[in-house]
Amino acid sequence: MDNTNRMVLEFESRSQNESFARTVVAAFVAALDPTIEELADIKTAVSEAVTNCIIHGYGDKIGIITMRCYIQDNELTVEVEDKGRGIEDIDKAMEPLYTSRPELERSGMGFSFMEAFMDELEVESIPGQGTLVRMKKTIGKEAIKGFTNQTGQSAI
Amino acid sequence: MQNGKMHPKFEKKPGKEETSYEINQRCLIIRLNDELDHHNAVKIKEKADRIIERNHIKHIIFDFSGANFMDSAGIGVIMGRYKKVIFIGGKIAVASVNSTVDRIFRMSGLYKIINKYDTVEAALNHLK
Repeated sequence: MDNTNRMVLEFESRSQNESFARTVVAAFVAALDPTIEELADIKTAVSEAVTNCIIHGYGDKIGIITMRCYIQDNELTVEVEDKGRGIEDIDKAMEPLYTSRPELERSGMGFSFMEAFMDELEVESIPGQGTLVRMKKTIGKEAIKGFTNQTGQSAI
Repeated sequence: MQNGKMHPKFEKKPGKEETSYEINQRCLIIRLNDELDHHNAVKIKEKADRIIERNHIKHIIFDFSGANFMDSAGIGVIMGRYKKVIFIGGKIAVASVNSTVDRIFRMSGLYKIINKYDTVEAALNHLK
């Protein structure tokens, strides 16, 4: 069976679209029959990526966020892209607990959660041009390898 | 900018109750009734802080029985409220946390500064 699929979604950087985006991805990946835990992982990671576009990418402005999802066999790839301000220092942005917007009470855990909940995370960014986050996760891995979990780690 | 003001048509979800706030002595009980993401966090912070200031709130209990999703924005909400009450000897508790939300709390290390209870009543008994 040819198990590939793809979809593209464009939406405005309004905060109510955070739940819209993660719900769409959850529905798209349902074909791979993920566990409740895998689904929760993906929804959290997508929520973090989209929130970053809204808060950091576009800030005060409303811009377009593009989300592309691919299924290849049992692997889900999600790309979340904005054409906003970009990230000057990606390594710094990805440090646990670092936030450029402490006044918003951001916990600085967005990228940490994306890394923990997905198998792969790549960030491409050009200051002034935008940011692309690409995340991959293989569905059904835990059923094969047994239950391994990254919880119990602490960021504080 | 992040003022949580929406176009009116986005403001209410019909058929769904909003997060509710209840004061019991100097405890504020926040009953979350939606997914705790950045979108909802902005509104909850504003409302909670108004109540905390006006009512001399010391302890805060977050009731998660109506919230089945949380991302790092939820961690921000709780840490922010923690910083507000810690100086007057207040505590933060969470109750009725499902396994998905529990995992986020464990990963964040937040259980080092807050306590988890099975129910709001159990939390109230410990805090009063």
